Amino acid sequence: MSTTLPPTPSQTIGPFFRFGMEWLSGRAIPEAEPPGALTVTGRVLDGDGEPVPDALVEAWQGSVFARSLTDAEGRFRFVTVKPTPAAGGQAPHVEVSVFARGLLQRLWTRLYFPDEAAANEADPLLGAVGDPARAATLVAVPGEDGGVVFDVRLQGEGETVFFAW
Amino acid sequence: MSTVAERPAWTVDPPYGDPGYRSTAKRAPHRPLVPMAPELAPTTGPVFGEGYADPEDADLTAGHAGEPIGQRINVSGRILGSDGRPLAGQLVEIWQCNAAGRYAHQGDQHPAPLDPNFTGAGRCLTDAEGRYRFRTIRPGAYPWRNHPNAWRPAHIHFSVFGRAFTERLVTQMYFPGDPLIPFDPVLRSIRDPKAQERLVSAFDWDSTEEEFALGFAFDVVVGGHLATPPDPA
Repeated sequence: MSTTLPPTPSQTIGPFFRFGMEWLSGRAIPEAEPPGALTVTGRVLDGDGEPVPDALVEAWQGSVFARSLTDAEGRFRFVTVKPTPAAGGQAPHVEVSVFARGLLQRLWTRLYFPDEAAANEADPLLGAVGDPARAATLVAVPGEDGGVVFDVRLQGEGETVFFAW
Repeated sequence: MSTVAERPAWTVDPPYGDPGYRSTAKRAPHRPLVPMAPELAPTTGPVFGEGYADPEDADLTAGHAGEPIGQRINVSGRILGSDGRPLAGQLVEIWQCNAAGRYAHQGDQHPAPLDPNFTGAGRCLTDAEGRYRFRTIRPGAYPWRNHPNAWRPAHIHFSVFGRAFTERLVTQMYFPGDPLIPFDPVLRSIRDPKAQERLVSAFDWDSTEEEFALGFAFDVVVGGHLATPPDPA
């Protein structure tokens, strides 16, 4: 497809977005909670391992969208659904965006599921990461009530894998 | 397998780490980003229809007991794909500080007055031609602690979703002629001066209302990461 228009560049979401973005937080989209809904909890941590209390986390897995704003401990929480395996031999996964003060553009990461070891092993993107220890940052750990825990480390030890686009 | 490195590299977005913007120091990733292969990237994204934005949500001067202090403005434009197609039914979210430069956020405690008649958040859905329109007041500049005597130019934050997860964009709109623009580390984090200019709105007679409000025009183009760069001049 030929392109005609230069893109609009990204800017940071800044520190003061809560009053503008909170209305959509915790809201099920689509409205009816689909079968198989599960809760994802986690923390966003900075390069010192300190919580990031002013991050916006969004999730998309093909049909269900969720937005969560981190609290004072850097915690977020959203409800999603484990999707069926995607095209290209990809394991079930959820796309995750992280926005925050200090991030001039969003960070894009992915959540893979801990009970899909075989599918994760064959996943082309996890394979493209190379280092298994790094790829492991994309796999959530089991949480309570069938949910999963997915921490996002922006920088430093255990830094989460982020994608370039 | 194709990778980002094999695709046309036309990076308009700022880098993650930027020494001029202090908050990036502990938050920008240190490890190289892993290229997302196009065939593995999501091709869908959330769609927000009616029910997510009522007409009154586009008027930031309404919804309070009285009128906010400040210069009334209309901010309008189109949300477009980089292929030139208008994006209809797009959810556009905006937020901003008040005319005195103060956000309705507990984290903003600098000594400028809050306005009881202004919160500063709005949203709307684009029409069939991709058009959006907000009524608000012109935001003030405000101080921040990035460096000594640091002030952000007046701006309005914009959030759009695009047609797929890959097109999600959060950005800021600036005002023409703002003397702070050349000194702003956030805007200057964008390396291409032409790309910086695209974040500055234009004064617009068409949306200026006689004896009522000034108009500013601002278009947003998403999806350009896959765009082919123009030939260098």
